[in-house]
Amino acid sequence: MSVEQEFPELRPVVFTVNGERYEIDVETRMTLADCIRHQIGKTGTHLGCEHGVCGACTVLVDGRSARSCLMLAVQANGAEITTIEGIASENGEWHPLQHAFHEHHALQCGFCTAGIMTSMVEFLRENPDPNEEEVREALSGNICRCTGYQGIVTAVLDAAGRLRAVSDGVGSRRE
Amino acid sequence: MKPPPFHYHDPGTVEEAVALIGSLENAKLLAGGQSLMPMLNMRYVLPDHIVDLNRITGLSHIDETDGRIVIGAMTRQREIEHSDLLQQRCPLFRKALLQVGHRQTRNRGTIGGSLCHLDPAAELPAVLTALQATVHVVGAHGARDIAIADFPAFYMTPAIEFDELVSAVSFSPWPIGHKSAFVEFARRPGDFAIVGVAALMDAADNGMIHRATISLSGVGAAPVRCTATEEQLIGTKPDEISLRVAAETCRELDAMEDVHASPSYRQHLAVELVSRAVQAALDDAGAGSTS
Amino acid sequence: MPPDACVRSVMGWGRAVSEGLIGTSVRRLEDAALLTGTARFVDDIELPGMLECAFVRSPHPHAAIRSIDPTPALSLPGVHAVFSYADLAALLTKNLIPPDNPGLKFAETTKAIVLAANEVCYVGEIVAIVLADSRYIAEDALSLVDVDYEILPAVSDCRDALAPDAPQAHRHAPDNIVTTFRTEFGDCRSAFGTAAHVLSFSLKQHRGSGHPIEGRGIVVQFEAATEGLTVWSSTQGAHRVRNTLVELFGLDEDRVRATTPDVGGGFGSKHIVYPEEVIVAGAALLQKCPLKWIEDRREHFLAAIQERDQYWEVEVATDEDGRLLGVRGSMIHDQGAYTLLGFNVAHNASLGVPGPYVLPNYQLDVTIAVTNKVGTIPVRGAGYPEGTFAMERAMDLVADKLGLDRAEVRRRNLITAEMIPYELPLRTRDGSTTQYESGDFPQCLQKALHKSNYAHFAERQAAALSEGRYIGMGLANCVKITGRGPFETGIVRIGPSGQITVHTGAMAMGQGIKTAYAQICADQFGVDPRDVRVIAGDTGTVPMGIGGFGSRQTVTAGSSIHLASIEVREKALKTAAHMLEASEQDLELKDGKINVTGVTGLSVSLSDVAKALSGAVGYARPKDMTPGLEATANFLPIGLTYGNGVHVVEVEVDIGTGGVEITRYVVVNDSGRLINPQIVEGQIIGGVAHGIGNALFEWMGYDESGQPVTTTFAEYLLPTAPVVPNIEIIHHETSSTVNPLGVKGVGEAGVIPAAPAIISAIENALAPFNVWIAETPISPPRIIELIEAGRGGA
Repeated sequence: MSVEQEFPELRPVVFTVNGERYEIDVETRMTLADCIRHQIGKTGTHLGCEHGVCGACTVLVDGRSARSCLMLAVQANGAEITTIEGIASENGEWHPLQHAFHEHHALQCGFCTAGIMTSMVEFLRENPDPNEEEVREALSGNICRCTGYQGIVTAVLDAAGRLRAVSDGVGSRRE
Repeated sequence: MKPPPFHYHDPGTVEEAVALIGSLENAKLLAGGQSLMPMLNMRYVLPDHIVDLNRITGLSHIDETDGRIVIGAMTRQREIEHSDLLQQRCPLFRKALLQVGHRQTRNRGTIGGSLCHLDPAAELPAVLTALQATVHVVGAHGARDIAIADFPAFYMTPAIEFDELVSAVSFSPWPIGHKSAFVEFARRPGDFAIVGVAALMDAADNGMIHRATISLSGVGAAPVRCTATEEQLIGTKPDEISLRVAAETCRELDAMEDVHASPSYRQHLAVELVSRAVQAALDDAGAGSTS
Repeated sequence: MPPDACVRSVMGWGRAVSEGLIGTSVRRLEDAALLTGTARFVDDIELPGMLECAFVRSPHPHAAIRSIDPTPALSLPGVHAVFSYADLAALLTKNLIPPDNPGLKFAETTKAIVLAANEVCYVGEIVAIVLADSRYIAEDALSLVDVDYEILPAVSDCRDALAPDAPQAHRHAPDNIVTTFRTEFGDCRSAFGTAAHVLSFSLKQHRGSGHPIEGRGIVVQFEAATEGLTVWSSTQGAHRVRNTLVELFGLDEDRVRATTPDVGGGFGSKHIVYPEEVIVAGAALLQKCPLKWIEDRREHFLAAIQERDQYWEVEVATDEDGRLLGVRGSMIHDQGAYTLLGFNVAHNASLGVPGPYVLPNYQLDVTIAVTNKVGTIPVRGAGYPEGTFAMERAMDLVADKLGLDRAEVRRRNLITAEMIPYELPLRTRDGSTTQYESGDFPQCLQKALHKSNYAHFAERQAAALSEGRYIGMGLANCVKITGRGPFETGIVRIGPSGQITVHTGAMAMGQGIKTAYAQICADQFGVDPRDVRVIAGDTGTVPMGIGGFGSRQTVTAGSSIHLASIEVREKALKTAAHMLEASEQDLELKDGKINVTGVTGLSVSLSDVAKALSGAVGYARPKDMTPGLEATANFLPIGLTYGNGVHVVEVEVDIGTGGVEITRYVVVNDSGRLINPQIVEGQIIGGVAHGIGNALFEWMGYDESGQPVTTTFAEYLLPTAPVVPNIEIIHHETSSTVNPLGVKGVGEAGVIPAAPAIISAIENALAPFNVWIAETPISPPRIIELIEAGRGGA
C-alpha cells in the first residue's frame, strides 16, 4: 500500500472531556483512546488490548460506555466524554464507587480500574439495585488479571447501596 | 496496534454515502466499529477510505409500517434491546441481544454492521434468518431487496455490490402470542457463541406446533435454517424423545473448524441446543404476554 | 482471624513484632492515584523530543535473514531511523543477555541473544527497530522494511523436537535439547520392585501466558551532557535491567538509573530483561534522544514469555493402604527457542512433585527441548503448578484404583505437624536444602474438608444425579517455596522534616507492597502507615536488588524494612534520651513523638531527633552517635520458607455442552503471619482466578509449523467475572521460623493447587462416564469427547 503525501489527515473536532471543552485538530485515524491519553493528556484511561475485549479503555460517551480503542477520535465530535478523571465530583469528592473500591480492595495494579469504574457508573445508573450475578455479568466486558473480581463485585454492590441511600435519603440524585 | 492511514469521510445522508462508496477505490463502511475497528487496529484490513455512517440520522429507527417491522441499519443494538415495540412484537431480539457481547459493544454496535460483517457466530444474522427477514439495500443503481437467505454470498461476505449499502431490514412479525427462544453456548458469557439457536414457534393451545423456524449461528459460514427439524416438528405435539429425534437431523449439517471447536463438536452442540431452544420456546409464555 | 499457632519471632532479631499494625487490613496507600487516574504508568511518560519505537518481527517460525533493507521505511515522513543488528553490534559488548546463573551449562545455541544477526527462531523474534514520531508512523514503517528471509524447517511440538530426524530449531545446533537432568532421592528401583500397587499415567500441561493487562514497555532517556541513561521500565526487576545495560553497553554503573513507574501487573511476564529493552536502550544511545516502546497485545502474544508445554509420564508405587512408596517418571519441557531464565520452570516442576506428602523415593528424568516458539520461563506459580498437578493426579488415581476416598488417601500421606521441620533430600536450584520449616498440613486439610462439607457431598451428588445433573467435588494440596534470597534491601530514613521514608529494591506491580511495608515500618514508630512513604524499584535510591518473583518480597524486603525500622527506632530513642536527659527505659514513642512516660511537655519529635543527628545548627548531636537517622538492612534468609494450601472445589458439568461451572471454591491457605489480611486475600483470589484460567481456559496454541494460532483475547481466553466464583478463604497462620516477621510469600499461593482441584472435581462429576482427565486446560469439546469415549468404553 503506497502512502499518499496528504497524510497525516487532520480534522477539527469539538468535544468535552469531564465537562471541559476541547477544540482540537485530530488525525482521522487516531483512536479516541490515544486522543484522550496523548493529545488531551488524560492518561487515566488505559490500553490493554486495542481490539475491544479487555475493556481497560472504556469511557462514557454521552453517558454510554464505549471502548475508546474502537472509536476514532473524529467520531467523538460533539460528544460529552467522561473518563476516570471525571468520576469524582468537581470539588474532588470521591464517587461512592471510588470509596467502595478503596474499602473493598477492588484494585491491585489498577490498570483495568478506569475501564471498570466507567462501566459501573453506567451500570448502576441503569440497574441501581443489582444482585451479585447481575454485577458479575455486567463486569463480563472488563478483564482483570489481578483481583479475581471478588473485591470488585463487593465494591459495586456496596456502592450501589450507597448511591441508593443518597438518592432515597437526601432526595437529590448523585450521578 | 494502530490503524493504518486512510482518508476519512463522514457523509450526512445516505445518498452522499452511496456516492462515496460508488466512487472511491478500496473503501470500507464504518458503522458501530466493534468489528471493523479491531481489524483496522490489527491491520487485517488496509482500506484507503473509511466512510463513516454514524452521522446519518435517517438510518437509525425502529418502526412498524403496513404490517412489517422495519429497523434501520444504523440502529444501535442497545436500542433494539430496549425497544418496547420489539419487546412486544418480537421478543426474540431481546433474548438474543442479551447474549451479544457486552454492554459496551451493544452501545455502539449496529444491526446493519453485524449483518454486513457476517461473523458466523453472530447472533443477529441468525435472528433475522429465523424471521425470514428482508434486507433493504441502496446503491448507485437504486434500491433493491434481498431475502435474508440470499444475503450471505460466502464466508463473511454479503451479496451486495461495492457501491451498495444496507439501509434497513424488515420482517413480518409473528402473531401475538408466538413463542421464541434464543439459546447459545459460549465459553464465557458475552463471548461469540460456538453455536447459537434462534427459534420461533407458533403452537395451538394444545401444544400442536403449526409453524416453526429454527436457525443456527456458528455452525456454517452463514446462518443455517434447520428445515429438516422444522418439518419434523410442524404438525406435532413434541415430547422429549420426538424433540430429540427432530433435533438429531442437525448432526448432518456441514460445520466449521476453528481454534475453539471441531466440526463434530459443533454438530453435537447443534443437536443439543436445538433441543433446548425448541423446549424453551414451547415453555415460553409468548409475545405480548405480561410476563 | 487469630492465628492458631503463631510463634513470637524474637529469636535475637530485636523487639518482638507487635499486634498493632501487623495483621491489620490497612486500606491501600496505592489506591488514591489509581482510582483518580493520576497514577503514572510507563506509557504515561512524555519527554521532550521523544520518539516512539516499533519492532520488525519475524513472521516465520524459523528463517535465515539474507538481508535487511530499511530504505523504503526511511523514506516515510516521520521515520527517523531503522536499526538492525549491524547498527547495534558496534555498541554491544556482546550479543547475549547475561543469564541469571552464568555457571549453568546448557546448549549454547539457545542462549538469550539481544538481536538476531542472521537467523530467527520464532514468530515474533526481533529483526529490526523503527524509530518514528509516533507509534502510528512506526507501525506504518514496519511493512516497508524489506527483509529477505530464507524459510527454514521448524519444529513446533517439543516431543517432535526430540525425534531423531527432527528439524533443527537452531540450524547450527546438533539437536533440540537444552539439557537433561534428573531429580531424585531414595531408591525407586527397589521401592517399585516390592510395591503392592504400581499405577501409571501420562499428563499434558499446555502453554499459557501471563498477560498482565498492562503489557511491557520502556522509556529510555540518554543525556549526552552527563552521559547518563535513565530508564523507566514496566519490569519486575529494575536492578536486573540496570545491570544488564551496564554490562551490555559498557556504561558506568553510577550513570545508569533504572526505575519503575506504576506497573500494571507482572505475573512473570516482566521478570527478565527482554531484548526489546536492550535494543531500545541501544537505539537511544545511537539516536541520542528519548525513546519509548510500548508493547501492544499482539506483541505480548508473540514475544512475551510463556510457561509450559510439559508432557509427563508418571508411575506411582504404593503399599496396600495407598501410602506412597515412590514416584518416578519422565517429563519433557518445552523451553521454546531460547533459554531466557535457566531451567527454572522444569526444575521447579520436578521439585514441586513431593508437595506436602511423605515421599520416600523419587526420580524424575527431565528433558528440556528446544522448539521454534517464544521462550518459556516462570509465570505465576513457576513450575509448582505442574509438579503439583502430577502429584495430585497421582493421588486421585491411587484413590480410584484402590477404592479409597480421595481425601483419605491424601490424609494418609501427609507430612504431619510432628514431623515438622521436615527435610526432603532435595536441593533447590540455588543449592538450598528443602526443609518445610513450619506448617500443619493435616489440619489445613481437615479445615478445608469441614468448611466445604466434603463428607456429605456424596448424598448431594446422588440427589443431583437423579435429577439428571452432574455435580462433582475435587481437592488438592500444595506446598510453595517462598522467600527466596539472597536479599532485598530495606532503607529506612527519617529526614529533618520528620518524614519517614522507606526505600527498597523490591518491585511493586499491584501487590500492595507500599502499604504492607508502610505498615511494617509505621509499626515501629507508632504512626499512621500513611505517614510512611515507600519508594520501591529504583536503582537510583537502592544500589542492589534482586526483583519481584517467586513470592519472595515480603519475606526479604519486609524483613529488611522491619530490621531497619527497629534500628532507626532504637537510634531515635537513644538520641532522644540524650536530648531529654532521660533514660531510655522511661521513654515512649507514639504518634511520631518521643516523650517521657507520664510527664507532659517533655518530648521531642522525630524531626527534632533527625535534625540533631544531621548536624543542624542549634541541635547538639550526641557525641557517640553517628550522623543520620537512618538504617540499611539486607536481611539474609537462613532458609526458604514454605507456605501451603488446600483447595476444595465444587463444579457442575453440563454433559450436553461440556460446559463447566464452578459452583463453590474453598481455600485454606497458610502464608505464615499476615501483614495485611485483605491484601493477602486479594493475592489468593487473584491466584485462584489464574488457576481457573490454567484449568479451563488458557490455551496458547501453535500449529505444526510453529505459527501461533491464538493471538487475540477472543482466541486466548482469560477468566472473566462470571466464570470466577466467590472464593471462601480460611487463613491458617503458622509463622515462618526463618525470618523476623514470621511471614511467607503468598503471590503464587492461589494458583498452584487450583487446576488439579478443578480437574478432580470435573472428573468426579463425570464419574458415571468413567472419565480420566490428563490435561490442562480442559475444554468443553474435550469433555464431550471424554464422555463419549467413556460411554462407548468399558
